[in-house]
Order: sequence, then structure tokens, then C-alpha cells
Amino acid sequence: MAKRIDVEDLSAWFGSFQALADVSITVEPKEVTALIGPSGCGKSTFLRSLNRMHEVVPGARVSGQVLLDGDDIYADGIDPVAVRRSIGMVFQRPNPFPTMSVRDNVAAGLKLNGVRKKSELDDVVEQSLLQAGLWDEVSHRLNKPGGSLSGGQQQRLCIARAIAVEPEVLLMDEPCSALDPISTLRIEDLIGELKDNYTIVIVTHNMQEAARVSDTTAFFNISGAGEPGRLIEAGPTTKIFTKPDDTRTEDYITGRFG
Amino acid sequence: MIGAAAIGVTALLFTVTELQGVLDFLLVAYLVYLAGQSAVSYVVEGARSAKNRLALTLLISALFLALVPLVAVLYYTLQRGLQAISPGFFTHSMSGVGPLENAGGAYHAIIGTLEQVLIASIISIPIGLLAAIYIVEYGRGRLAYWIRFFVDVMVGLPSIVAGLFIFAFWVLALNKGFSGFAAGMALAILMMPIVVRASEEMLKLVPNDLREASYALGVPRWRTILSVVLPSASAGLTTGIILAVARVTGETAPLLLTAFGFDAIRTNPFSGAQSGLPLFVFNQAGSAFAVAVARAWAGALTLITIVLLLTVLARLLTRRNRLV
Repeated sequence: MAKRIDVEDLSAWFGSFQALADVSITVEPKEVTALIGPSGCGKSTFLRSLNRMHEVVPGARVSGQVLLDGDDIYADGIDPVAVRRSIGMVFQRPNPFPTMSVRDNVAAGLKLNGVRKKSELDDVVEQSLLQAGLWDEVSHRLNKPGGSLSGGQQQRLCIARAIAVEPEVLLMDEPCSALDPISTLRIEDLIGELKDNYTIVIVTHNMQEAARVSDTTAFFNISGAGEPGRLIEAGPTTKIFTKPDDTRTEDYITGRFG
Repeated sequence: MIGAAAIGVTALLFTVTELQGVLDFLLVAYLVYLAGQSAVSYVVEGARSAKNRLALTLLISALFLALVPLVAVLYYTLQRGLQAISPGFFTHSMSGVGPLENAGGAYHAIIGTLEQVLIASIISIPIGLLAAIYIVEYGRGRLAYWIRFFVDVMVGLPSIVAGLFIFAFWVLALNKGFSGFAAGMALAILMMPIVVRASEEMLKLVPNDLREASYALGVPRWRTILSVVLPSASAGLTTGIILAVARVTGETAPLLLTAFGFDAIRTNPFSGAQSGLPLFVFNQAGSAFAVAVARAWAGALTLITIVLLLTVLARLLTRRNRLV
């Protein structure tokens, strides 16, 4: 699995407002790439452009290319639904389906796409929960509603749900910002384990978190209100956090603004 | 204590002055109580507390005033209805009952109401629900705007107009005659906008997070609506729909022009005039004879009970949802 993403000149709009301008970056497979930057700099928009979730919002559109192992996901005739099947996503707030049990939540991606065989679903549920480090905690209550778990467990449930459809890439939009430090630690450990199998892109407001979990870091910034966000600099995390090329990156990292 | 004093002062006023009458007594006692309470509170507790007490007393009074008509209607209907109701009321029609006879019942009207409301539900619930799904999930631009606009207008449609429309179109122009089905269609016209409105609100309450979570799993939109959005809103949708049913069950005006009313049992809603509970109440209450008016009360009680049961059912469904 784990595919490379090459982004070329990606711009994104909400109606007439341009949120993102001319981003070009390569996301390496089996690595964790962290996107950092101040609020409104377009990093979430960029993330959502990578699996065509951006266009779900009315009036939103994108230009440029996003190549998944060389195939443009924005090419004519490409079905956004198919794109999202191979590029999964975990959101900021844990959002398990409230009407479904823990088991059905994990199996949702397969079930809603027509897989009906119970033995196959059970295998996938167990494997996904094991990978998400949640199996031991929920194996005895797979039939309880997904909403009955704690916040941290819910987020790991969402991760299990995302990897159950075996995507090539996993996008995470501030997956720990709604969680307490212990749960955050568990998710961060999990991200470290998951990168053996997946390409992971994570948006975070927490620079320590970016430094802890990522191999590559990309810094986004805006020059002012109403301006589109731009990619300032991307590189190995150690380099970005020790001697970045751009002074704006350095200012942000050292806490001089943002 | 102040209350007792107020009654005492009022009683004194009514003996020394020319004031009289029960309502006057209550009103004067109330005003004396307000003045007394404010004065005592002002002296003992200060100006702020006095104002607070005055405002609180006025608010509670307003609450009681609002409850008076409600309780009075329920009490009166229960009292009069229970006197007139008997097991035979639910098993007999008005067929062959003389004007002065204390006999007959509303069996035919109950059957009529159930059939008419069922027909209205079968027509309006699917259409209303689908329209609400369109408005919330797909509706952008002009079409959705106009649908929403017309739903708004139709919510305020006078019920007699719905009856008049079916009367002119179905009963007269198409020459189908009066029938329970015609009544069902008129009720459906009234019910549809209510269903759309209630369903729309419920669907809007489903967090967008859930839709996005589903899209992100590569689930197509129609599947997301069917398997994620509708189940999440199901309890609310059911509640809204039941309340819409309860709402049209008591409609009288459209029935006058469509079902028309009929004294005997008619189970086939597709041909011939049929009765309905609201019609039954209307016809019996308009009679000059006491036995008929008593039957009207019994019919009213039956109608209230049906609507109340539906409302309680809706409440229970909402509560069950809250626990999960």
C-alpha cells in the first residue's frame, strides 16, 4: 500500500475567496508529514484537498494537480468517492457514527460499500482494532454504541474505521487537539506504528507534537487577512526545527508569532 | 400570611363598600395581595427584593392564566364526555338512531378518521420526507429556495382552502363524489408542509461531521444519507411525523367538503360519503337535542384521547433517543 503524493501548484478557493495558493510539495510514502502554521493558513484546506474532501463544501474548488503514485486524483473521469476510498481521513473531533455499535463503526466503510460476509467483516474489525491499539479495551463490548467510549477511545475507533478500508494514505486533521495528554500520547504512539504501512499526513497546531511524530514538516503561513495561505518551507523535521531556511519559519517555531 | 391578610382586607372592602361578585372579589384580592406583598417586602427586604418579588408574582400569575383555558377545556371535555360515553359508543354507528334516542355511537366516525388519516399519511409522509431530504442534503440555489418558500406558504394554508380545492377538483370537476379518500387527500395537503418542516429541522440537526466521516470512508452520498443521516435523525423524524399526524387528526373544515359525513358504517373510503370524528362532533353539537350534544362531548373526548396518545408516543420516542 503506502503511496507517494506529489502536489503541483495546488490552489484552493471557497467561492471567490482563495484559501490556498500554489502549493507544491512531495509527501513520501511510509513517512509522517506534519503540516504546521497559524490558524487560517490553509493547512486544513490543503489536507482536505488531498482526498477531495475540500469540494464537499458548497462553492469550494481546487486547481493544480495531486498525483497519487503518478495518477492525478483531479483528472477528468476520476470519481471522488473512489479517491476517498484509497485516501482515508481522521478528523479533529472524534466522530463515530452514533447509531452504530463499535463493531459496525469499524466495519462501516466496508459495509456501506457492499461487503456483507460476516466472517470477513469480523476479521477486518479485529485487525483494524488491533492496529489502532483498541482491541484489548473494546473486544468485550463490540456491540455497545460507538458513542459510549471515552474521547480518546473514540478517536482510536475513528482511526480503526479509517484503516479498515485499507487506504494507501491516512490524513489526520488535528487528531489530538480534542484529547487529554494521555490519550494524545497513545494516538501519537499509534501514528508511529501506522507509518510502517501507510503514508501519513497530519495537521497540528502543536509544534511539539509535530516534532515528536513527524519525519517531514511543512510550514504554511499567510501574509495577512484575506490573503491565501502559502507553503513557506518543507523539509526534514529536525532541520525545520533547528535551522530552517526561512526566517518566517524560524519566527514561528521559536514562538515569536503565531 | 400576606395572602390571608389580603383576603381579609378584601372581605372587609366588600362589606363596607358597594363592591360585589366572585370575579371582582378575586381580582381585588389579587391586587391587594400584590400591593401588600410589595409594601411589606419593601419595608423588610428593600427595594430590589420588592421588585424581584413583584416580577416573580406577575410571571407566575401569567403562567396560571395561560393554563386556565387548557385545564378548563380538558376538565370540561372529560366531565361531559365521560357522562355520555359507554361501551356501545365505540361499537355502534348513528344509523337509524332517532333524534331523541339516547343511543348510537361513533364507531363509523372512528373508522372514518382512522382511514382518512392513514390515507393522508401514506400520501404525505413519503413525499414530505423526500422533499426535506432534498432541501437539506441537495438543495442549493433557486429550486430549493422556491420549495422552501412554498412549504412556508403552505404551512399557513387555511384548512378550509385545502378542503375547497379537493372539493372543486376531485369531487366536482372529476365528478368522483364525496369519499374518505377525498378527505385523506385534503388532509395530506395540510400534512405535507408540516412533515417537510419537521423533517427538515431534524435532518439539519445531524452534525456535518458524520456526513464527512462517511464521505471520507469512500461512501457515496446516497448511501451516506440512507445509512448515516437518516438513522441518526430517525427518532426526531418519527416524533415530527407523529405530531403532524396528530395535528391533522382534529381537522374539521376540510372534511366538511370532502368526506361530507355519513351516519352509517362505511369501511370503503374510496366511494361514498364517510364520517370522521371531528365531523361527528360538529354534526352532533349542532343538534338541538341534549342527547346529541352529549354524544358530541363523547366524540370530542375520543378525539382528544387519540391525539393525546399520539403526542405521548412522540414524547416517548424522543426520550428513548436522548438516553442513547
